[in-house]
Amino acid sequence: MASLDVIQAIILTLITASTPLLIAAVGELVAERAGVLNLGVEGMMIVGAVSGFAATLQTGNPYIGILAAILAGVLLSILFGFLTLSLVTNQVATGLSLTLLGLGLAGMLGSSFVGTPGVKLQKLDIPFLSDIPFIGPILFGQDILVYVSFALVALVAYVLFRTRIGLIVRAVGENHTSAHALGYSVIRVRYLAVMFGGGCAGLAGGYLSLAYTSLWVEDMTAGRGWIALALVVFSSWLPGRLLLGAYLFGAVGILQIHVQAAGWPIPSQFLSSLPYLATIVVLVVISRNRAVARTNTPACLGQPFVPDR
Amino acid sequence: MRLELEKRAQHSSLMTVISPLIAIVLTLLFGAILFSLLGINPGKALYLYFIDPLTELWSLEELVVKATPLILIACGLCICYLSNTWNIGAEGQFTVGAITGSILPVMFYDLEGPYILPLMILMGALGGMAYAAIPALLKNRFGANEILTSLMLVYVAGLALDWLVRGPWRDPDGYNFPESRLFSDSAVLPALADGRMHWGAVFAVVAVVVLGVLLAGTLKGFEIKVIGSAPRAGRFAGFSQKRMVLFAFCISGALAGIAGISEVAGSIGQLRPVISPGYGFTAIIVAFLGRLNPIGTLLAGLLLALSYLGGEAAQVSLGISDKTTRVFQGVLLFFVLACDTLILYRIKLVRNSVAQVVSGGTNGQS
Amino acid sequence: MRKILGIAAAALALGLGASASLAADKLKIGFIYVGPVGDHGWTYQHNEGRLAIEKKFGDKVETSFVENVSEGPDAERAIERLAREGHDLIFTTSFGFMNPTIKVAKKFPKVKFEHATGYKRAKNVSTYSSRFYEGRYVLGEIAGKMSKTNTIGYIASFPIPEVVRGINAFMLGAQSVNPDMKVKVIWVNSWFDPGKEADAAKALIDQGADIITQHTDSPAPLQVAEERGVYAFGQASDMIKFAPKAQLTAIIDNWNDYYVARTKAVLDGNWASEDVWGGFKDDMVDMAAYTNLPEDVAAAAKDTAAKIESGELHPFKGPIFKQDGTQVIGEGESLDDGTLLGMNWYVKGIDGQLPQ
Repeated sequence: MASLDVIQAIILTLITASTPLLIAAVGELVAERAGVLNLGVEGMMIVGAVSGFAATLQTGNPYIGILAAILAGVLLSILFGFLTLSLVTNQVATGLSLTLLGLGLAGMLGSSFVGTPGVKLQKLDIPFLSDIPFIGPILFGQDILVYVSFALVALVAYVLFRTRIGLIVRAVGENHTSAHALGYSVIRVRYLAVMFGGGCAGLAGGYLSLAYTSLWVEDMTAGRGWIALALVVFSSWLPGRLLLGAYLFGAVGILQIHVQAAGWPIPSQFLSSLPYLATIVVLVVISRNRAVARTNTPACLGQPFVPDR
Repeated sequence: MRLELEKRAQHSSLMTVISPLIAIVLTLLFGAILFSLLGINPGKALYLYFIDPLTELWSLEELVVKATPLILIACGLCICYLSNTWNIGAEGQFTVGAITGSILPVMFYDLEGPYILPLMILMGALGGMAYAAIPALLKNRFGANEILTSLMLVYVAGLALDWLVRGPWRDPDGYNFPESRLFSDSAVLPALADGRMHWGAVFAVVAVVVLGVLLAGTLKGFEIKVIGSAPRAGRFAGFSQKRMVLFAFCISGALAGIAGISEVAGSIGQLRPVISPGYGFTAIIVAFLGRLNPIGTLLAGLLLALSYLGGEAAQVSLGISDKTTRVFQGVLLFFVLACDTLILYRIKLVRNSVAQVVSGGTNGQS
Repeated sequence: MRKILGIAAAALALGLGASASLAADKLKIGFIYVGPVGDHGWTYQHNEGRLAIEKKFGDKVETSFVENVSEGPDAERAIERLAREGHDLIFTTSFGFMNPTIKVAKKFPKVKFEHATGYKRAKNVSTYSSRFYEGRYVLGEIAGKMSKTNTIGYIASFPIPEVVRGINAFMLGAQSVNPDMKVKVIWVNSWFDPGKEADAAKALIDQGADIITQHTDSPAPLQVAEERGVYAFGQASDMIKFAPKAQLTAIIDNWNDYYVARTKAVLDGNWASEDVWGGFKDDMVDMAAYTNLPEDVAAAAKDTAAKIESGELHPFKGPIFKQDGTQVIGEGESLDDGTLLGMNWYVKGIDGQLPQ
């Protein structure tokens, strides 16, 4: 079964499965680096999914749908920011409530779209390059959001660790009191980070309803927002490791499906639980180097900040 | 124009009482607008949401049934979050508690006697505790972040339950449908009144009282709070962070396990593939809504249960969809959380950085 | 103020139960749904049935529903609420509502209950279900003729008898025209996760399946089939809109006629507890238009469906062998409903192992 074709097929499928996780997680990573824990990823994702789907259906253009999905995520994240940053509400409870709100809102907005086929985001198929055997379709035949997801990871890694902006973001997440004393607007930085996270979550949702599938049904995120949140922790707040985590999770999930199709006699529930178990095992292995985890955890994660004058 | 917060010198005790009331008023206003926009009589809708579930003995009992697991789990989570331990896997501990607690009634179904129920509760508590100990030990031994491990274990527990009720624990007389045999009478938690309210409610109240006393009046409670708020001071005082992680996980796991077996032995009466509509996650909201205080979780649990029951009543009587209920619930929580801010802060609306107080906290200058 | 009092009074009246209800002359019918109405699958089709009742009886009835009811502890409360609020006929539309339905029915002997897909009945509790396997046999026959790789991909939800029965019926249908057929089964452990269903469809196609069929709810697998240029079958409703080139036909859950008939029975005063397991004959299972098929295959499929409808052909007619070769029944017999209801074994020719 391990012919080159099947391996190629597995890789293609796992890219699709991992991309929404990666996009949502990289956004949340930025928010958390700035010290804000937003547990509302699932809610922002599902609203992004319905908004992207609806806008695409109205305009016939999935790229407008993508923008709508991002916008929807940003709007919800501003609401979250207003509550947690301006009104210093508890971040955990507010994020969970945001998920509740998002699931409801998406259901309300989407009720008229159930049973309507959508417009699918086409793959790019770069001429000639995508014809190269084996690696062609993998490297050059993806939809634009796959490239966007990699670009986002690279961008976030670069900005966070190589630029002044990144330094400010990390300073705000590490020690907001000092950052404030140095004259940075902690609240403004956090708002922007949260909005970036929201936009990414919305985009990830849009990926589900435009590229992964092209349809809208209620609750179609099916818990992917939670996985994205867990992956941020898995990555110990490092973008590169996030890439590893998202693809590891996607890969184990897809492999278990192929193992089933090949007819291995293992209980399917056990196979379905493999991605979760594998993630734990890998986390344990990489956590043994404790210095990495400790130095990267934003010290002010989840802490409220009120500037005093 | 922007908002500015000013920290109060001390907690406003007036606001502690008033803030939930303001939240309720705001929620009612928002609800009235929302329902009017949807073409629904707002008076009727709000009545169904907030009053109707309280008008009958039956639904009062149901309110308690719904709130019981939320309060039990949230109480334990308070200990975790106060000590800065991030257990978000209570849903999994709930499931495992339900599984281990069900070993007797499923595998030794012909046993009878008064000792069965206490044993089931004990086994449920131990099961939940053992499952919660996994992320605690992984954190202590390998430094693996407990947020991820505890969340991942939720999915694993769900699949394990699924495998059991579709496989070895399937009811042999059940035409191979995925559920266990019905528990015998000696394995069902007795009801407290005419309806479905069962002994789980008593466990919840006991948990609230015990943990309330533990936190407020014992050295352990002091240790929990010190480690949570000032880890370094805790270390100087000789408190062990690792022991605390294990302690917090074990307590919350045990309570989640008790909630799980109580739900199965009390409200459902058998093991099924689905035994919880996400109680373990909703309880996180309850814990924070209750300000990480056991008495607070009691009230918060009842409030959340009320919003579920009210939403159901509105769905049946007015055809308000489940989605609208979720939106309304989300907004209600937002208002409650936002108004809590008033206890610690005074809110000012500042215009163009000229410090002009447009609206202050209601208790004026202090 | 008067308005508030009025509302309070009305609500009080509701609270006092059916007899005092303002809408006493209307028949109140309640539904309990396990999923969201917008799932475009199981719950969606039941809701279509509810709408059919409203359309048919208009002012004579009033319907309401509770959606997204967890099969755990919430079910009993939701059902009891409908009973308390004066509903005369209550449909509980998922297997997991069986024991709660029975419990509530005991408390409300005058209310009539209809439980889908269960096996426990009472004086005021009927059960009903649909012989979807009849449709799946026809699908299998079509697949047997259309497949070039002799491999079918089957996306399954959970290993319950209903699903296993479908897989077996499909295989028997396929074997009736093509003894070399292979079926690859993937269990996604969910009724409902479009992403995962799409992944499963892709994996099956990658492993050589050229026809996809599913026992999960979303149209995602059909969209994958459409993209990859293989064939597929719709599930629960006609999904041709999602896969105009790929869908060969679809099994349609049709609850409309049954719901209308049961409502009529209550209105006429002759409702009685029954066990209905309906198929083609009762119009509970419909086939969507046969598309993208050669004429002879479509004609043969229609013929098979007609034979099943008339009773001339039983999808589970003997001889039937289990996977390991043991014979279940011989020539000239067919499996009885009891065996079908609890089916937990694969027929011969299916490769994988059934999760136990």
